[in-house]
Amino acid sequence: MKVTFTINGKPSSVEVSDGNSPLLWAIRDGLDLKGTKFGCGKAACGACTIHIDGHAIRSCSYPVKMAEGKTITTIEGLAETNHPVIQAWKEEIVPQCGYCQPGFMMATAAMLEQNPNPTDDDIDQNIINVCRCGTYYRIRKAIHKASEIQLKSSINESQ
Amino acid sequence: MKYSKSTILTMLCIVGILSIGVASMSGFSTSDTSETTASDDSSDDPFSKVMQVLTHKRCVNCHPAGDAPRQGEDSHIHYFDVARGEDGHGLEGYTCNTCHQDENNHYSGVPGAPHWGLAPRSMAWEGKTPVEIARQMMDPKRNGGRSHKDILEHLTEDALVLWAWNPGVDAEGNAREIPPVPKEEYIVAVKEWIEGGAIIPAQ
Repeated sequence: MKVTFTINGKPSSVEVSDGNSPLLWAIRDGLDLKGTKFGCGKAACGACTIHIDGHAIRSCSYPVKMAEGKTITTIEGLAETNHPVIQAWKEEIVPQCGYCQPGFMMATAAMLEQNPNPTDDDIDQNIINVCRCGTYYRIRKAIHKASEIQLKSSINESQ
Repeated sequence: MKYSKSTILTMLCIVGILSIGVASMSGFSTSDTSETTASDDSSDDPFSKVMQVLTHKRCVNCHPAGDAPRQGEDSHIHYFDVARGEDGHGLEGYTCNTCHQDENNHYSGVPGAPHWGLAPRSMAWEGKTPVEIARQMMDPKRNGGRSHKDILEHLTEDALVLWAWNPGVDAEGNAREIPPVPKEEYIVAVKEWIEGGAIIPAQ
């Protein structure tokens, strides 16, 4: 079956034999966008987090057939726009091994859309991805930094 | 971001997800409900059949007493600090639909059905007796202003409720337990009970 969607602003489609196969496979192997990672395969760790129609989704547990007509953003899309989360992650030098970080960044970007100025509690409750290197402290700082960058940007745009 | 050692071990060992129960109860209309009581405690009457289903983990897991869903055959608190949120569908950046889609996912073991979410606090069933659940369910002040007809439709037609008989498999491929009454028998029992006046036994 053919599944058509928009990914990182570009129309795209994949041909799959099994519509229930994970969207993650289509993104990584079909479209060669390797930034999104496979972690647990059970929607638990968050390494595969992407955005579908603006919401954080675990792509390892999202059947590719459901992506028909949807708007998808991956970490590559965030990078192309130099999203505040990308800037903040660089400034705070967050990653250690880096494997899980795209998922954290996508989860953070989704949260900031709904809550532009999150507290530490908001971060604890919303960002529940897993980092085996233990970069949580730097992630927290980067989330606050991203919030600052985003808020300043929106103020500048409104002036 | 606040993982204890035990939580992380749990994630490693049990990332199998999520046997969540059913039945979100929001957005209803008018009511024509008034409580009637009787003293029929037969286990084979329509009321008892209905309650054998409604008190099953597939239902109660998402009618919790607190703000966290329960999951699994042992109805443990949902892993990863999953919370109710303002509308019963999770937190701002981390909603139920981050993981749960409109159908079960047999690859990952994540269950799914349309409008996956928690029942409102006013419809918490956890820890309640069948009679208490019935009184609560038929009380328009607590059931979102639902009429008998609305309740009948919710119990017999809502895809999330009927998911209980198609709960899929967990992350290890084990089939989730279904309620003890067959779906068709349950639907007949709901109709008989409500169309018969929704009589609630005294105890």
